[in-house]
Amino acid sequence: MTRPTSEAEYLASLVPASVRGVSRRTLLRGALGAGTLLAAPSLLAACGGGGSSSGGGGAATGTVTVGSNQSDAVPKAAIQSVMDAFQKANSGLTAKINTIDHNSFQENINNYLQGSPDDVWMWFAGYRMRFFASKGLAGDVSDVWKDLSANGMTDALKKSSTGDDGKQYFVPSTYYPWAMFYRKSVFEKYGYTEPKTLDEFKTLGTQMKKDGLVPIAFGDKDGWPAMGTFDQLNLRVNGYDFHVNLMAGKEAWNSDKVKAVFDTWAGLLEYHQPDSLGRTWQEAAQTLQQKKAGTYLLGSFVAQQFEKGEEQEDLTFFNFPEIDSNIGADAIEAPIDGYMMAKRPKNEAGAKKLLGYVGSAAAQDIVVKADPSVIATNDKADQAAYTSLQKKSVEFVSQAKSIAQFMDRDTRPDFASTVMIPAIQSFLKNPKDIDGLVNGIEKQKQSIFAS
Amino acid sequence: MARTYKGIDHLTPVDRVVVGLMIAVPTFLVLWLVWVPAIGSVLLSFTNWDGIGPISSAKNVGLKNYTDVLTIYPPFVPALQHNLIWLAVMFLIATPIGMFLAVLLDREVRGSRVYQTAIYLPVVLSLALVGFIWQLIYSRDQGLINALTGGSIDWYGDQRYNLWAALIASSWRHVGYIMLLYLAGLKGVDPTLREAAKVDGATERQTFFRVVFPVMFPINIIVLVVTVIESLRAFDLVWVINKGRNGLELISTLVTSNIVGEASRIGFGSALATFMLVISSIFIVIYLRIVMREQR
Repeated sequence: MTRPTSEAEYLASLVPASVRGVSRRTLLRGALGAGTLLAAPSLLAACGGGGSSSGGGGAATGTVTVGSNQSDAVPKAAIQSVMDAFQKANSGLTAKINTIDHNSFQENINNYLQGSPDDVWMWFAGYRMRFFASKGLAGDVSDVWKDLSANGMTDALKKSSTGDDGKQYFVPSTYYPWAMFYRKSVFEKYGYTEPKTLDEFKTLGTQMKKDGLVPIAFGDKDGWPAMGTFDQLNLRVNGYDFHVNLMAGKEAWNSDKVKAVFDTWAGLLEYHQPDSLGRTWQEAAQTLQQKKAGTYLLGSFVAQQFEKGEEQEDLTFFNFPEIDSNIGADAIEAPIDGYMMAKRPKNEAGAKKLLGYVGSAAAQDIVVKADPSVIATNDKADQAAYTSLQKKSVEFVSQAKSIAQFMDRDTRPDFASTVMIPAIQSFLKNPKDIDGLVNGIEKQKQSIFAS
Repeated sequence: MARTYKGIDHLTPVDRVVVGLMIAVPTFLVLWLVWVPAIGSVLLSFTNWDGIGPISSAKNVGLKNYTDVLTIYPPFVPALQHNLIWLAVMFLIATPIGMFLAVLLDREVRGSRVYQTAIYLPVVLSLALVGFIWQLIYSRDQGLINALTGGSIDWYGDQRYNLWAALIASSWRHVGYIMLLYLAGLKGVDPTLREAAKVDGATERQTFFRVVFPVMFPINIIVLVVTVIESLRAFDLVWVINKGRNGLELISTLVTSNIVGEASRIGFGSALATFMLVISSIFIVIYLRIVMREQR
């Protein structure tokens, strides 16, 4: 998962690599990467070129290495049990997990993939996947998909696993929707109903304020949660197609359509929790958990801040309200996490066997049971054991007409992190100068997308 | 052995090899670890390389990265200002406080060991850890300050305060460092000088500023250099707080957020790094001039 999934992981992500107990491999890789990067870039290129020999076809035996970014205790144990089950089902094959701290994995991904990556590694769908596929850093897994398509993976998932060249490069494992989360008990206590339109939401928000609640919990210290708010508003104000084109750099950021998004947002800020730039999403989620906030716009991983059992059952959500009746509210956001294969895996047959397995219902059952804030991508996964939140998520996603990933997965990562995070944060500080803001974004976009 | 040195011919072959290596190895290290990367960064700053694939795939984009930094990159100017504020605060506030404490503790007050330890303690912590510790004090909803005062100021999140909050945290550590350096220097001052000053009827203040301070010239230079280096490389603390965004921009964090991770705007980040190199060079030149003048 791209987000810190627990407080421990979040705290770990705050510590720079220099003081963190990085594993020797990561450290060596990082040192090699950084050294060559600064000293002799041609060396780095040489590293990228000279991978290991390809395993080719044949019977799948031996060891498959898995680069896992699930460094937190719960998901780490879940991955371990998936791999154990894989070994049990395939005698002769061993899966060796190489767990790398989540944030280091993210930050070193370029060096990692150009060095000697593990045979299989965990990653995200969307532009992030297509980017590495188009750079020739990922292996083609189209033949794995022949099996997966016949065994519970929908065409929509296949589409989101497809690179620019029409081949598949990704095997989805789990995903989670973004929506307005709330506690049933709070809505019951005050007699609130789920708003369907923005006006209804504003009325509700005003009432919540009167009742002493924060209408929308909000924390954007890490820079990315507010991207989700922008995405939801853009999907409602301008629709899915415009959103996708905007993310792809095909639309102008200083158009009236984007200004309308920020204008709508500015009108909603009075309902947001103040001082969001110093608060993490976990702290904001605590406001909801403590019944001090009415709603919270976030991914379903917000459930991780709720205790298992009764409290978890009290958590539910509604779709982000409709803003324009011509656009409707049937586009949602549900980022997909999964696996990719190295360009030249040491054990290609084994890697493909493993990818086929992690895409199967059996493997996904193990993962979603360990982490009930996500749902399985495979249709045949056992939904009987789902929590009510998981069941609702499945229903929610299946009703959606179009599904976006997330801003930092749908657009160029360099644009998302170096332009959009500071831009949205400066909007939150000063929501008045929208013209200056969007012109600034557009100029930087043109420079970045041109390169 | 009472032989006098008469030049390189006088050395035995083994000595010559040793001397040769003593020159060659450090030279190689300096070239490879300092100059090649530095020049490499400057060269990369004229390209649009994204860090993937061979460097030959990078296009030369001329000064585009530099004009982009100066014209359409909003965080750059604040970063420049913050770096200068950082330097000024460390230099004009934190360092004098450190010196003052050193002078106080040098007077052998009762329990001075305890004070020394207490003030020096933060120095052994990494700045990242310092960030965590102060987080407990500054946090808006759960922090000590707001809990005591009943306020709701967002010390690390509100850009009106967070730079100063970070500077206090940073100074907390810097003061101890300077104190220790200075204390060591003060211990090295010849006591007869003080006695002589006392005999001549100098007050405490006169003794310090007219006698002790000038005698400590080498220590002062070290303190100056340490302060400048620490300020320019300020990074860990703000990175821990919020990755150097929202009021805490520093050039070092901009370089990192453009180069590290998926962003990989190596060319653009190198242009920022070049700006940092130029700024550092100014201080290096000043320092070298002072040191050279002293040696003359």
